[in-house]
Amino acid sequence: MNDATRPERDRPWVFRTYSGHSSAEASNALYRSNLAKGQTGLSVAFDLPTQTGYDSDHPLARGEVGKVGVPVGHIDDMEVLFREIPLDQMNTSMTINATAAWLLALYVATAERQGVAADQLRGTTQNDLIKEYLSRGTYVFPPEPSMRLISDMVAHSVNAIPKWNPVNICSYHLQEAGATPVQEIAYAMANAIAVLDAVKARDDVPDDVLPEVFARISFFLNAGIRFVEEICKGRAMTELWDELGRDRYGVTDPKLRRFRYGVQVNSLGLTEAQPENNVIRIVLEALGVTFSKKARCRALQLPAWNEALGLPRPWDQQWSLRIQQILAYETDLLEYPDLLDGSHVVEAKVEELKKAAQEELDRVLAMGGAVAAVENAYMKQRLVESHTARLRAIESGELPIVGVNSYTETEPSPLVGDDDASILKVDDAAEREQIERLNAFRAKRNDADVKAALQGLHDALSNGENVMPPSVRAAHAGVTGGEWADTLRKLFGEYRAPTGVVAREAQVADEANQQVRARVVACGEKLGRPLKILVGKPGLDGHSNGAEQIAVKARDVGMEVVYDGIRLTPGEIVQSAQDEGVHVIGLSILSGSHLVLVLDVLEGMNKVGLEIPMVIGGIIPEEDAKTLREAGVKRVYTPKDFDLTRIMGEVVDVVLASAGVG
Amino acid sequence: MGRDLAARLLARDRAAVAPALNLVDDHRPEARREATAVLAALEEKVLFGGARRIGLTGAPGAGKSTLLDALVRRLRSHDQTLGVVAVDPSSQRTGGALLGDRMRVRSGAADPGVFIRSMAARERLGGLAEAARASVTILAAAFDVVLVETVGVGQSEGEVADLVDTLVYVAQPGAGDLVQFMKAGILELPDVVVVNKADLGLLAERTANELKAGFGLGERNGAWEPPVVLVSARDGTGLDELETALQGHLESLTAEGLQTRRRRGRDASVRKSLERRYGSHGLTVWGGQAKLAARLADERDPSGFALTETLGREIEAALRTTETSP
Repeated sequence: MNDATRPERDRPWVFRTYSGHSSAEASNALYRSNLAKGQTGLSVAFDLPTQTGYDSDHPLARGEVGKVGVPVGHIDDMEVLFREIPLDQMNTSMTINATAAWLLALYVATAERQGVAADQLRGTTQNDLIKEYLSRGTYVFPPEPSMRLISDMVAHSVNAIPKWNPVNICSYHLQEAGATPVQEIAYAMANAIAVLDAVKARDDVPDDVLPEVFARISFFLNAGIRFVEEICKGRAMTELWDELGRDRYGVTDPKLRRFRYGVQVNSLGLTEAQPENNVIRIVLEALGVTFSKKARCRALQLPAWNEALGLPRPWDQQWSLRIQQILAYETDLLEYPDLLDGSHVVEAKVEELKKAAQEELDRVLAMGGAVAAVENAYMKQRLVESHTARLRAIESGELPIVGVNSYTETEPSPLVGDDDASILKVDDAAEREQIERLNAFRAKRNDADVKAALQGLHDALSNGENVMPPSVRAAHAGVTGGEWADTLRKLFGEYRAPTGVVAREAQVADEANQQVRARVVACGEKLGRPLKILVGKPGLDGHSNGAEQIAVKARDVGMEVVYDGIRLTPGEIVQSAQDEGVHVIGLSILSGSHLVLVLDVLEGMNKVGLEIPMVIGGIIPEEDAKTLREAGVKRVYTPKDFDLTRIMGEVVDVVLASAGVG
Repeated sequence: MGRDLAARLLARDRAAVAPALNLVDDHRPEARREATAVLAALEEKVLFGGARRIGLTGAPGAGKSTLLDALVRRLRSHDQTLGVVAVDPSSQRTGGALLGDRMRVRSGAADPGVFIRSMAARERLGGLAEAARASVTILAAAFDVVLVETVGVGQSEGEVADLVDTLVYVAQPGAGDLVQFMKAGILELPDVVVVNKADLGLLAERTANELKAGFGLGERNGAWEPPVVLVSARDGTGLDELETALQGHLESLTAEGLQTRRRRGRDASVRKSLERRYGSHGLTVWGGQAKLAARLADERDPSGFALTETLGREIEAALRTTETSP
């Protein structure tokens, strides 16, 4: 069949791969090779120092530079990142939040240097702080100034960068944090309302522009393995958004009320055990967000099959891109109108989701909206509860996961070697080289220009002016991300979000739990005081869901838990462990910076003569786990260790062995 | 080793603080003997001296840890070293506890001038006051200021009042009307009242006015009328006034008043410890409240911890005598 005989087809969604690592140079090469393979948009992953506003040589950046994404500290990095990629032809999604205004400023400045005007730029800045407080953890500023920065960007881009999506309301990370579909819908809508209300309240956004503003709000959804329900979720959100635009914001043009969303398929549900099975999961999840034309995503990024093992290689990402291309070009999916219209079953499910989500949304609005429900920890507590329930269901086998808690017998996988060759390793030199580039950049810039630009930024923000124009000027002047963020930190302060770990206790304790609880008590008697554990996250990785679950579980088996939260330096962990008199330390690191950070903590303890056993959890390749064990770490847990009760039992073993009272 | 540890603490050796706190938490007999020795040695010096002690109490969600964070920042800016005890409730069912205050007090992270120890209240084991008192005694030897933060539920405000020189009650705007404050008994104990989250505006002011009216009604001993301060820990509003209020209370106490207050706290803690261990029966058999009052008044024994042990042995002896007599 040639093109002439093929039926008319819909235009496919934008194909993207969330990627970036090591350096702007290496990431630019990766982007260009991905585009050459048929990828139609870019999705930039920034490293954690870039996301949290620290220069690569800041103490908190240690071990994190170039790990989970590309370091972009200044205009030179951004120019290199998009070298030979004409920005007027690109559709770029940037996963950036607290420092979104800065990265967008760098992008605009880079475009200007390419000779491309800002109004030609297409793409998205994620810029959703609510979900950062709830789940992802790369927030910097308190809610109030964060909402101001978001609304600044919306107000600015609606005029100056009209094809840009300044905010991408994320329900993706809510699902990762445990949200049920109903919670995902309700909290995403509450979040969008918070943004829209903030923009609506501005003097510089006339009421007649509000429909355009409404149309610029896009979403970022998760697609889980229950793909039928996910289809219904997409349809429910499409309808709710349309109604919200019409009823709350008076948007009369239905085109401006279209629910536009991008998707990252659920990475959290990917398994470390029998990782080849993940390909099947990814295919089904991709189908969930493309199947129903009415609720089809606008852009899709698929994870790689081996993400639970470590960073994917270019070949792994290519495999995922091919899934999208086969779905869009080989199958007949795009030849039909909506396939589910008229299905009573789907209709009923959509109604059920809408009704329950509306009730939950009303609850959040009644307590003052999404910002209030972050500050009083309501949403966080609900998420931690859902997540705890989910993990218990996995532990008990009630929720089957093939290869993990059922059908675990397996042949050795030919895709996974023994030597960790099946993942990408970031060159250890990347951090050092990035710092060298940063220093060279600082040396060549004009200090007077930088100082003036920072002063201009400070003054504009204190006077309530829009953050964008002075940020673009700062980008051209050679300001660094750390300097930009420090200026804002001084004005706005920093924030710690509530953790939600006060969540309700387990009401039923099965036999295994009771056994561990009894052992915890007995251990405390031997030690002379109750078993005390420190749980925290070193480095800049803010994905605190795992650490929070460990903290809640430890409390539920009777331990006294000092929960230290996120973004801790090794020095803080050592001081905390010492001052609190804990018997054991549990650290969680998902950003891949485990070697540097854990070894630093061990060294710090050594220095003050502290001997406290340590256990680690994270996405840690076996080779690294071996290094960590050799350095003295007692246990290393990875995503395949889902049985929290067993982990707690082993923590007791570790404490008893170390105290020599076992 | 006990004496040595005490000497190190009195010499303000920070590295001695954690081991000392671990020791006084240890319930094994040999540890308890050693702990009593350390505490007795410390109390000789710090019962009437040592750090200034400030307590923060209030309902859950009133913003105590945020206020604590702001206060730590403030006091550190005056170069004062700080020891903090943050108490969180334990689970009644599992005995476990989530201690999350440390995370909220970021100003102390990696600052050797701030020492934070989180404690589980261990309600079902009883004796929070005793454990907290031991911790305060240790911290009072090694730092300039000791801050004690607890969730105020019923009796615990009273227990904290016995531990500190100045008790700050943190009220939430709209937490209730005057009658509810009176019912909760919180109008008698605090020396300073903070209405937190002053950024809530009118609601906070109304709560503050209710409380001011309440203190005007009397019910308290002494001339000090607790100031009601509106504070927003978020933007720093009212922190100057809070500092002035804390200083004002300290000055109003005078040296003699401070001694009286600390002695009263010590006496209350000895009495409670003995009652908890031996019950009113044990005390009566030994000689009753009058005898206890006389012994407490005895100047030769400044250490409450040592006195509790001494009196405990006497009571045990008295109990044995009654059991063996026909």
